[in-house]
Amino acid sequence: MTFRSSSSDSVGFVAPGASRGLIDVFRRRYLLSLLIRKEIQVRYRGSVLGWLWSYVKPTAQFVVFFLALGVFLRLNATMEMYPIYLFSGLIVINFFNEAFSNGTRSIVDNGALIKKIFLPREMFPVASTIVAFVNFLPQLLVTVVVCLVVGWRPQPLQLVGVLIGVAIIAILATGLGMFFGAINVSFRDSQNFVELIVLVVTWASPVLYPWTTVRDNLPDWLLQTYLANPVTVAVELFHAGLWYPTTDGTFTLPPELFLRAAAGLLMAMLVVGLGQLVFRRLEGRFAQDL
Amino acid sequence: MPKTSDPDVRVVVRNVRKRFVLRHTHSFKETFVALIKGKKLTTSFDALHDVDITIREGESVALFGHNGSGKSTLLKLISGVLRPDVGEVLTRGRIAGLIEVGAGFHPDLSGRENIYLNAAILGMGKKEIDARFDEIVEFSEIGDFIDTEVKHYSSGMFVRLAFAVAIHTTLDVLLVDEILAVGDEPFQRKCLDKIRELQSQGKTMVVVSHSLDTTANLCSRGILIEKGRVVFDGDSHEAVARMRGK
Repeated sequence: MTFRSSSSDSVGFVAPGASRGLIDVFRRRYLLSLLIRKEIQVRYRGSVLGWLWSYVKPTAQFVVFFLALGVFLRLNATMEMYPIYLFSGLIVINFFNEAFSNGTRSIVDNGALIKKIFLPREMFPVASTIVAFVNFLPQLLVTVVVCLVVGWRPQPLQLVGVLIGVAIIAILATGLGMFFGAINVSFRDSQNFVELIVLVVTWASPVLYPWTTVRDNLPDWLLQTYLANPVTVAVELFHAGLWYPTTDGTFTLPPELFLRAAAGLLMAMLVVGLGQLVFRRLEGRFAQDL
Repeated sequence: MPKTSDPDVRVVVRNVRKRFVLRHTHSFKETFVALIKGKKLTTSFDALHDVDITIREGESVALFGHNGSGKSTLLKLISGVLRPDVGEVLTRGRIAGLIEVGAGFHPDLSGRENIYLNAAILGMGKKEIDARFDEIVEFSEIGDFIDTEVKHYSSGMFVRLAFAVAIHTTLDVLLVDEILAVGDEPFQRKCLDKIRELQSQGKTMVVVSHSLDTTANLCSRGILIEKGRVVFDGDSHEAVARMRGK
């Protein structure tokens, strides 16, 4: 397939449908902002609770986990400030899961548009991530307020850590959303597979339990694999930034967290690169396969 | 053949072929069964072969052909929704894909929100839309319903609004697919007037429609496509006559 002009006599001409991917998404910020607004407006239309559903769900989830693990399995007794530990990790996972699974479905969901009008299609996974972020912000706010109430005095380094955590999740989820979203056009197995990943993600990171239990039960190479997961890094950055300062400091955080943060960020960027590559490869068939 | 270096060329379609591959199996099980029975897994057909077209600035071109002849495919190639398998499509200036009016409309959004969303999808910026907003509303004759959700519109209101947005995009090349049949007669006349106005402003247009005579009157040049090949390129009335002659 030739996307670009091969002739030299075609000044000012472009091949329609040849986009520069993510770069074009941010060049058309206005359209992106409208798509995000549409998504936000439409999501809970027709429901009485509306956007409150976005808070009912994490609250219910929190209560269930707190009862099961905090009370019945006695984590609340052994870990200081367990509710904050639990909630600050859960919101990271929820942000990731929402962005990732909506991003995966976004291409198929917007099939009617993609089939008829050309626009940079990366727009849809990116919009999914930003919508998930908008949804995540109030949850973060709740966490911050609770932490402040119990005596957290924010330090710059802690805030930087939290920001890096958010960046890792946003970039990673966008990349994965592009990757699986593009494949999903031809193979709907993709979205089922993603549902499976989403199910595992909560347990594959130290959200419900401390990472030290993994350290104490698994060989070192497995522990290192576990800690290399960018989602785990983001969760631990949140714990280090928000939960840890509210405790008396007897807990050990994973060593070299900032080094791991840099590695996690790098990995997330590699995933975006890969996602963009696969997306471009498959994009040419979107309009005919949807 | 005219060169793309000609200053007034807007669209060049050069030696284009578009092939569609149809998969017959959609799961491992089906693939397995098909393999055992020795059935074909895919069939491919060429929707377009060896298409060469040059469209100049200010030209209005009608694409004629029966269902499945490949005219919509050609329009989609020009708009960038599809890409050619062989050959190249080149365009100059901003292209508005009118391909099927209302494609980007969302039933749960109000008329106002849909105008902004769709004009942005068609490639306009906020300022451009702001400047044209009143004109769009007036043209659509939606009036006070502009802040009502589009799902409560009658089908006539819906297409009027969709057409109004599409026709007011300030772009250089308009691709018009099967929209001359929108609304009642007075509105159709209004649409045709608007298209003529755009023509007189020197906009380039590619039109696909099944209302042959109307289209032929609107466009001076007609291209007849049969089974994916261009069989006639010239006067639009002659193209219609040829099409009817078969």
